Amino acid sequence: MEREYTIALLVVNESGVLAHIAGLFSGRGFNIRELSVGETENPEYSRMTIVVKGDDQIVEQIKKQLNKFIDVIKVNDLTNIPSVHREIILIKVKTSANRRQEIFQIAEVFKGKIVDISHDSLTLEVTGITEKIEALIAILKPYGIQEIARTGRVSISRGISHIGGIGNG
Amino acid sequence: MKINGARAIVEILHKEKVTTIFGIPGGVVIPLFDAFYEDKKINIVITKHEQGAIHAADGYARSSGKPGVCLVTSGPGATNIVTGLATAYMDSIPIVALTGQVPTANIGNDAFQEADTTGITRPVTKHNFIVKNPNDLPLIMKNAFYIATTGRTGPVLVDIPKDITTAEIEFEYPEKVKIPGYNPTLKGNIRQIKRVMETIKNARRPLIYAGGGIIASGASEELKKFVKITGIPVTLTLMGLGAFPGTEPEFLGMLGMHGTKTANYAVSRCDLLIAIGSRFDDRITGKLSMFAPHAKFIHIDIDPASIGKNVIIDVPVVGDARHILHEMAGYAEPLNINKWFEEIEGWKKEHPLTYSNDDDILRPQYVVEQIYKVTGGDAIITTEVGQNQMWTAQFYKFTKPRQLITSGGLGTMGYGLPAAIGAQIAHPDATVIDIAGDGSIQMNIQEMATISQHELPINIAILNNGYLGMVRQWQEFFFDKRYSATCLKRVQRCPKICNNPGENCPPFVPDFVKLAEAYSAIGLRIEKKSDVEGALIEAVKTKKPVLMDFIVNPEENVTPMVPAGAPINKMISSKEDAQNFLLA
Repeated sequence: MEREYTIALLVVNESGVLAHIAGLFSGRGFNIRELSVGETENPEYSRMTIVVKGDDQIVEQIKKQLNKFIDVIKVNDLTNIPSVHREIILIKVKTSANRRQEIFQIAEVFKGKIVDISHDSLTLEVTGITEKIEALIAILKPYGIQEIARTGRVSISRGISHIGGIGNG
Repeated sequence: MKINGARAIVEILHKEKVTTIFGIPGGVVIPLFDAFYEDKKINIVITKHEQGAIHAADGYARSSGKPGVCLVTSGPGATNIVTGLATAYMDSIPIVALTGQVPTANIGNDAFQEADTTGITRPVTKHNFIVKNPNDLPLIMKNAFYIATTGRTGPVLVDIPKDITTAEIEFEYPEKVKIPGYNPTLKGNIRQIKRVMETIKNARRPLIYAGGGIIASGASEELKKFVKITGIPVTLTLMGLGAFPGTEPEFLGMLGMHGTKTANYAVSRCDLLIAIGSRFDDRITGKLSMFAPHAKFIHIDIDPASIGKNVIIDVPVVGDARHILHEMAGYAEPLNINKWFEEIEGWKKEHPLTYSNDDDILRPQYVVEQIYKVTGGDAIITTEVGQNQMWTAQFYKFTKPRQLITSGGLGTMGYGLPAAIGAQIAHPDATVIDIAGDGSIQMNIQEMATISQHELPINIAILNNGYLGMVRQWQEFFFDKRYSATCLKRVQRCPKICNNPGENCPPFVPDFVKLAEAYSAIGLRIEKKSDVEGALIEAVKTKKPVLMDFIVNPEENVTPMVPAGAPINKMISSKEDAQNFLLA
């Protein structure tokens, strides 16, 4: 059965590593749905969060292939372990002065921030899980969405266990 | 010790006990080759094409078990080795490929002879490096050799910008590697090994299906010992041939698309399939859903990603085959599988590998059998790819590992001749024979010059049928004999449509005998069955390169054959069988 998997990777922070990993996915016909990368507490390593869709067997194969990469230090599948997921969206909506108030209200419900405003547009910043972001997009659609920028999720396991050390399966 | 990068590389190769490198110089590697000018320890074999260099390094590695090293220039030098890297990667062959690169300051500027070598070679190497700081060179080289030769072995490329080779560094070769993301599992989990043995004990029709992993890990003796204790029959993949002696009663022959009927029937009937160092490739399994339908699966492999990739495995064991087989032998006891063995013996008697041998027609299978006979089964055989390769696999009984040198996974035509160079250099006293087709030999024929220059007594046996034979065979079987683009004798004046080779066909181009002479080798043309043995005896005896052009039956087929996508027990032997298969 196809479903979404969230995989956290600890990788060597060097040029070419992202291309290697992207190449593994494309070379085997897997599609990356979300990808975020950033430096970790150790500047020699970067952390990636990758979201893929597939069935168990395909994702198992992806994880094994990732593990085989010499630049990959650790592969952690967060799909089935308690984790926190967050994504940021910047969403630019067409709006006239008389409808701004409605959007302010929506922003408040979504605990969002207005980060830019002009005569005929308004940009919102919202953080949350994917479902919340999708709901925000749906509700703003009727106003006329001009542009969206999403980060893709970053994910981290709950509790003391961590990717570089003990108890992370 | 303060030396430049180029000298450091020579020192490193000494420390890694490299005695031969294969390559071709070029602009950015002039300083690097310069450092070898007076070196007495390393033999540099300059091939005529970079593809020849990397296949030679590959043949050296396969025949010796030591890493093959090649050294080429940037840009086209590097892109020319891509096929060789892919060939080695598919078959897990340890190679360290050194490529020159434009100076670091010019990288990314579309400089002369610049190519993004690490980008291009990423999917066809186990790992690759670019050296950006001269002080990193020793550790990168150390890591490269380590990665190439450990775990599931494979090709590693190190891209070296010109200025790195001229920069002075404080040279010290590290004792230890430093690779945080790499720690291959060698020892099998003992609980899993016990589960394996428990499963084997309960099997009534067990079968070992072993591959190149046995050869890579040097596990042939352990496999033999295990088989001799338990009595479990063995089938081997193309890459595994020689891992278990082809002359033993437990051996069923190769399995898969051109495997023996016995092997394929046994796979289809067994109740336990023990895969060791093999990877359930499509040429082995045929229709996957009908592969070994009654069997439980044990899979022993050093690469966790190989396990469960194509087939769901009941008992997986990750680790080195030699270590695991050794452990397994410790728990092994004779099995009561006589009935299973009788069934197998029945298939062996009923379906031996055969070909028509009761007339005067010179057939390729006969040539291979004669090569086996004349060499006493003791030669190192390289092959090209296609029919020549399959006939070799079927009719030469390999008894030792590293005796068959062939491109299995990638199926690279043009591999055999340069690979023979590497094999002969690794084994100067061995008889090395490249069994070739008239099509594939031409893909790296230029290496004849390398062979002559290095006075290598390599023998080349061309099974010349005037066709790209394997493709022609598929056309005969599955495309209604429409020989589109496969006739190698074809000239401009030939009729557009022709599937009838005959007396009036134009002569084969090139004339291989004259070509051999042009390369200072001996050329022999053999057209009669009765001349085969004599020619071979003479060729093997002469310590010079000999090219034998065997003019064989043009439309001979490799049989049996499992049509692509069919279950492996559905084997065909003729066009008629193929038609029935297509209609069914």
